Amino acid sequence: MSMIQFQQVTKKFRRHQVLKGIDLEIARGDRVALVGSNGAGKTTLIRCLLGEYNCGGKVEVDGLEPRRHRTEVLRHVGFVPQISPPLKMPVGQLIAFAAGVCDSDPERMYGVSERLGLDARAIRHQPFNKLSGGMKQKLLISIALGRDCRLLVLDEPAANLDPEARHGFFNLLAEKKDKAAMIISSHRLDEVASLVNRVVEMDQGQIILNDHVADDVAMTSLLRARVELVRPSEAFAHSIGDWGFEGSDDGLVWEGQVAGPDRLRFLGVLSRYAALLRGIQLRETADG
Amino acid sequence: MKHLMLTAVADISESLRSRWFLIYTLVFGGVVVALFISGLTESRIMGFTGLSRLLVTYLQITMAILPLFVLITTVRSVAGDREAGIFEYMLSLPVSLASWFWGKLLGRFFVVFLPVVLAMFGAVAWGMIKGVEIPWNQVTLYTLFLISLAWCFLGIGMFISTLARSSDVATGAAFIVWLFLLLFLDLILLGALIREGLPPATIIGIALANPLQVFRTGAMLLFDPQLVMLGPAAYVILDNFGEKGYLAWTILYPLILGTLFAWLGYRLFRKGDLP
Repeated sequence: MSMIQFQQVTKKFRRHQVLKGIDLEIARGDRVALVGSNGAGKTTLIRCLLGEYNCGGKVEVDGLEPRRHRTEVLRHVGFVPQISPPLKMPVGQLIAFAAGVCDSDPERMYGVSERLGLDARAIRHQPFNKLSGGMKQKLLISIALGRDCRLLVLDEPAANLDPEARHGFFNLLAEKKDKAAMIISSHRLDEVASLVNRVVEMDQGQIILNDHVADDVAMTSLLRARVELVRPSEAFAHSIGDWGFEGSDDGLVWEGQVAGPDRLRFLGVLSRYAALLRGIQLRETADG
Repeated sequence: MKHLMLTAVADISESLRSRWFLIYTLVFGGVVVALFISGLTESRIMGFTGLSRLLVTYLQITMAILPLFVLITTVRSVAGDREAGIFEYMLSLPVSLASWFWGKLLGRFFVVFLPVVLAMFGAVAWGMIKGVEIPWNQVTLYTLFLISLAWCFLGIGMFISTLARSSDVATGAAFIVWLFLLLFLDLILLGALIREGLPPATIIGIALANPLQVFRTGAMLLFDPQLVMLGPAAYVILDNFGEKGYLAWTILYPLILGTLFAWLGYRLFRKGDLP
């Protein structure tokens, strides 16, 4: 049975029709990539799902309308926005607030942040808006995953994360994958392709593709990678350095690890330096 | 109730770190310090002396700037929070809309009222140290007047914030409301009285509906029980209300008006799109 139902959902802002009769069903265990260009209607659809917008048609989560049963529905929804809110309150207070309204234990949120490589306790007195983009993202993910969610709504969740944190994040998602439904919104499918088993593409307020995809890539897998170049390149060193790779003294051989679901994204980075590549080796590690 | 308190505390925490709060605190603290430095407590103008003189002046200044500060900071931060995406995130958490709205209102009330009353009690404390006689009855009623005035404009500010979709529009609307009420203190009323030949009771009725004028007249009444300074209008007020009745009106009317606007704002907020 479907956990989430959108039936003929419409939304209009003055004369502009943003959603044009969306029909979509999502079951528990579904991991949906919600893709589409800017203005396609992804954010509006998510806001209707979170009960933040009034809309035409019917939206239900486990048989409840999010707008009318806000607290019951949102208690089981973890949301990570694409753009972090410019909150001035200290990190500790944000966690205390979120845990308080969600009836969750703040320690769980601190625990998740540690797994993402962020010591939230050490920065609990710092204002949230003074953190770096990556730290904010890790904290919002910690708040979303540090409680019992049945639905995760993630808007470009890993965009600001370093490769190590991405691997930690994918591990956390893997733990939730059978218990929860996930909607992962992105402009680009390749960013999220390995995380999902369904793809929903939107364009101009309509669903133009709704398909299941093979999800053979284990979210927790890890690949050992070796890249050989024909000549050293400063630009390549900079790009691969962001992935935590280490190079040989002459800058011709680079080695490191890539999270399994990130393989397509990693190859996308390498494709920019195709002419420089002498060889690429990607091998799944046993400890992944 | 737990969610309401959590929202109020979160809003206080946000506000205490805002630049507007710093300016706001400096303005009211600065006013009191400036009044002390200028030697106002030693003056004997129009019969007011000592701390009473200072309080009268402080109240007059507060009446002019408190509503504007409350309106502008409320609409800028509430509408600004919505524009910046704070509502989108915070309202994705399972907090009820009632707890969110009224918690925010309570939190903001605390931060707008605190600097004003702290400055006033700072003046009282200074007066006690200097051995000046403290008019406790006036201090208590002034505090109640300030609570009432701050709540009134906070309610209006929350109403404007929910009505206007952008912080620029909200700020403009808040400024117009303040200006409108300020003009109706004297200027327009006097003009209407002279040009249109309206009965004085109507004019005074309009004035009594203006929370700024209510506050102003209430403050006068504390020092001038016969309202000699107000002229013939005093007869209408005192005949209809009596001294104690008008003091009660000064406290209750702005409270009710603020609550009414806040409630209307809440109704709009609950019905509309949240972010």
